[in-house]
Amino acid sequence: MMLRPYRAILSARFRMLLQYRAAAIAGVWTQIFFGLALIMIYEAFYASTTVADQPMTMVQIASYVWLGQALLAMMPWGADSEIRAMVRSGAVAYELCRPVDLYGLWFARGVAQRTAPTVLRAVPMTIFAVWALPLLGLPEWRLEPPTAAAGVGFACTLVGALVLACAMTTLINISLLWTISGEGIVMISTTLASFFSGMIVPLPLFPEWAQTVLGWLPFAGIADLPFRVYNGDIPLADLGLVLARQLGWTLVLVVLGRRLLARGMRHLVVQGG
Amino acid sequence: MTGLRLYGRYAAVSLRSQLQYRASVVMQSIGAFMVTVVEFLGMWALFDRFGQVRGWTLPEVALFYGMISISWSLCDALGRGFEVFGTMVKAGDFDRVLVRPRSTVLQLLGVELTLRRIGRFTQGVLVLGYAIASLDVDLSVPRALLVLAAIIGSICVFLGLLVLQATTAFWTTETLEVWHAFTYGGVTMSQYPLSIYRSWFRDLFTYIIPLGCVNYLPGLAILGHPDPLGTPVIVQWLAPLAGPVFLVLALQVWKIGVRHYRSTGS
Amino acid sequence: MVAQIVVENLCKAFQVAERRPGMWGAIRGIARRTYRTVRALDGISFSIDAGELVGYIGPNGAGKSTTVKTLAGILVPDSGRCEVRGRVPWKQRLAHVAELGVVFGQRTQLWWDLPVVESFELLRDIYRVPEDRYVRTRDELIAVLDLGALLDVPVRQLSLGQRMRCDLAAALLHAPPIVFLDEPTIGLDAISKLAVRDFIKRLNRENGVTVVLTTHDMDDIETLCTRVMVIGGGKILSDGTLADLRARVTRERWLTIDLADGVTWTDEVDATVIRQEGSRVCLAFDPQVVAPAELIRRVTARYAIRDLFVENPPIETIIARLYAAESLPP
Repeated sequence: MMLRPYRAILSARFRMLLQYRAAAIAGVWTQIFFGLALIMIYEAFYASTTVADQPMTMVQIASYVWLGQALLAMMPWGADSEIRAMVRSGAVAYELCRPVDLYGLWFARGVAQRTAPTVLRAVPMTIFAVWALPLLGLPEWRLEPPTAAAGVGFACTLVGALVLACAMTTLINISLLWTISGEGIVMISTTLASFFSGMIVPLPLFPEWAQTVLGWLPFAGIADLPFRVYNGDIPLADLGLVLARQLGWTLVLVVLGRRLLARGMRHLVVQGG
Repeated sequence: MTGLRLYGRYAAVSLRSQLQYRASVVMQSIGAFMVTVVEFLGMWALFDRFGQVRGWTLPEVALFYGMISISWSLCDALGRGFEVFGTMVKAGDFDRVLVRPRSTVLQLLGVELTLRRIGRFTQGVLVLGYAIASLDVDLSVPRALLVLAAIIGSICVFLGLLVLQATTAFWTTETLEVWHAFTYGGVTMSQYPLSIYRSWFRDLFTYIIPLGCVNYLPGLAILGHPDPLGTPVIVQWLAPLAGPVFLVLALQVWKIGVRHYRSTGS
Repeated sequence: MVAQIVVENLCKAFQVAERRPGMWGAIRGIARRTYRTVRALDGISFSIDAGELVGYIGPNGAGKSTTVKTLAGILVPDSGRCEVRGRVPWKQRLAHVAELGVVFGQRTQLWWDLPVVESFELLRDIYRVPEDRYVRTRDELIAVLDLGALLDVPVRQLSLGQRMRCDLAAALLHAPPIVFLDEPTIGLDAISKLAVRDFIKRLNRENGVTVVLTTHDMDDIETLCTRVMVIGGGKILSDGTLADLRARVTRERWLTIDLADGVTWTDEVDATVIRQEGSRVCLAFDPQVVAPAELIRRVTARYAIRDLFVENPPIETIIARLYAAESLPP
C-alpha cells in the first residue's frame, strides 16, 4: 500500500512516454547507423595494430557497441523537461504539498524516464544486432548471444545499472532547482556520464594508467561493467563485486540526492518560489 | 533591402534576444565545448593504444576532425530554423512565414543564429590548429583557401541535410530523427578519413550525401597525402563544389515540400 | 465601386487519414491508411468591395480558415477563381502578401524577447517600407493605439491586451489596403476588447482599409460589421447585413418581463416562455401574429410588473438556428 503513489506515477509516466513510438522507430534507425559507423572505426583500428594482445577482441567490441546503442536511452543524459518547466513556472511548489516522499516520487519519474524509451528501442535494436546483421552478410559485426551464465550475470547487473542510472537522473533533475547552475550541471553530468561510462570509447581501451581512476568512478556501473559481464570480459566470479559497486554508488547518490532536494526546496521557499 | 542585409538584421535581432539569457548561453557554450573536447579525448585514447588507423596518424585525422567540427557548428548555428521546423509546422507558424513578402528559406535562416554553437566551434578551431601545428604542412595561400572551401562546402551539405529534414516535416513531424543518422552520424563519420570505412559506406557518403567530397577529398589535397583509393589530385581540389550542388538540389526538394504544404495545408 | 476581392466557385477538398481504434488498428494503419475526403470549400462565391468591413463566421471546421488561408495566398484551392486586387494570391504570393496585413489572434508575430519597437523595425525591413513612410505610419499607430509606454518593453512582459494592440500595429506598418483579422479579441479583457474594436472601426472608416474579420465573438460582429457571411459545411449559408440575416432565419422577437413581488406567471396565448428565472420571464413571439404593442398591453393588463423590454434574439441564437435549418452540426 505504501508504494502505491510511486507505482501510480511510474505507470502514468511510462504510458505517457510510450506514446512516442514513431520517434522511437526513427531513433532505432539512427542508432543502428551509429553502431555500424562505430564498429567500422574500431575494425579499422584493430586491422592497423601490430600489437596482437588487446584488452578486448573485435567480437567483444562489436557486442559492447551494440549494447551501448540499444541501451542509449538508459544513460543519465538530459533532464526531465516537465520538472524543468515546473521549476521555471514556479509550479514546483505544488510538489511540496503532495503527501508522499518527494524524492521517492521523483525517483519513480526517473525510472519511467529511463525505462520507457529504453524498452521501445532496445528490443528492435537487439533483433537487428543479433539476427538481421548475419542476414545482411555482416555476421562478424553481430551482437553475440551471451553464454547462459553471462546472460544471467548481465540481467543482474543490468538491474544494478538501471537503479544507478536512475539515481543519477534524479540527482540531475534535482539540480534543476537551481535554474542557471542546474543547466550547467546537466551539461557536465552528461559529459562525464558519456565519457566515463564507456559510451564514447569502451573503457578497457583507455590507457592502463587510467584504468584505476575509471574503476573508482560511479559511471562504469551504468554501462561498461554490465557490458563486460555480457561479453565475458568480466568473469562471473566477479559478479558480486560488480553488483556491490553499483549498489554502493546508488546508495551514495540517493543519500546525496535526498540532502540536495531538501536544501533545494528550502532555497525555493526562501526565494518565494 | 536586399536578402543579405535583411539576414544581417535577422541575425542581429536573434543575437540580442539570446543575450537576454547571457548566463544560460555562456553555460551551454562551455558545456558544448567540454562535451566535444571529451569526445576528442576519446579519439586520442584510441590512437594512444593503436598508434594509427589504416596508415593515418592522429594529427592527420585531426585535420578532417577539426574541419568537420567547424562546419557542423556553423551550420548548426545557421540552420536552427530548419532544425526546429517540425514544431513550427505543428504550431501552424509556417503560415506566418507564407504571409510575409520574403522567400521562405531566408525567413527560416533568420529564425535564429544560435550563439551557443560557439562551444563546438572553438573545439573545432583548436583541433584544426593542433593538426596544422603538429603536421608541419605547407599552408600556402591556395591550400588555406582550400581549407575554407572545404568548410563552406561542408556547411552546404549539412545545411542541405537540414533542409531535407525540414521538408520531411511537411508530410510527417514524428520521424524527423531519421535525419540525425546523416547529420550527427555524418559528423561522427567525417571525423575519420573516409578510406577507413567499407566501400558501400564510402559510396553512400560520396555519391548520395557528398560529405566525403567536401571533407575527405580536399583534406587529402591539404595534407598532400595520396588517396589510398586513388582519387586524382585535380578531383580533390574541385570536390568541395559538390556542397553547393547538393544544397541547390535540396532546395529544389524544399520547393516541392512547400508546394505540397500549400495544397494540403496540413 | 470596384470589387477588391472576388471569389467564384472556390473548391477545396482535403484527404484526412482515418485512425482505426486500438493497438491493432494502429499497426494496420502503418501498412495501409484509409482516407476520408473532407470538402472544406464546396463552391464558395462572394465579392468584397474596397472599404468594406466583413464579418466571416462559422464554427471550427466549417471552412472559415481554409477561405482565409486561400485569400492570404497560403493555400492553393482545387478549383475556382480568386482574385485579390487583381492578383491570384497563390500565384503571385510575394506581390500579394506585400499588400496584405494579417493578424492571428492566437499567435503573436512579434519577437518574444525583444522590445516592441525592435520588432517594428525588423518588420519595416521585411516589408521594405521606406524610412519616412515607416516613421509616419508608426507614429500614427502609436498615437491611435496608445503604444507609447509599451515600445521599450519586451514582448514577453506584455499583457494579452497590450500585446494585441502591438500586434495590430505590427500588421499595419506597411499600410496594407486589405487586412485579415483572425480572432483579434480572443482572450482579451473587456476594456482591451473595446479598444481593439474601436481601432478596427477607425481603421475601416477613416483609412478606408478593407477588413475581413473572422471571430467567435458575436459582440465583435454586432458592433463592427456591416456585412456578415456565414459559412457552414463548406458553403456560404448567408451573406448580407445583420438585419438580412435575422430576417432570413426568424422573425422572432423577445419580450423580457420583471414581475412585481408575489405575482406568478401563468401563460400568454401568442407567446412562448423560453426562460424563467425568479421573477424574470422571457417570452418569444412573432410580431406578425401579435404586434409588440398589443402583447405589452395584454401583459400589463393581466400582471403587475416592474419593468419590461423588447429585443432581438442574440446573434448566437440566430446562427444556431441557421445551422439547425441546414442540418449542420453547430
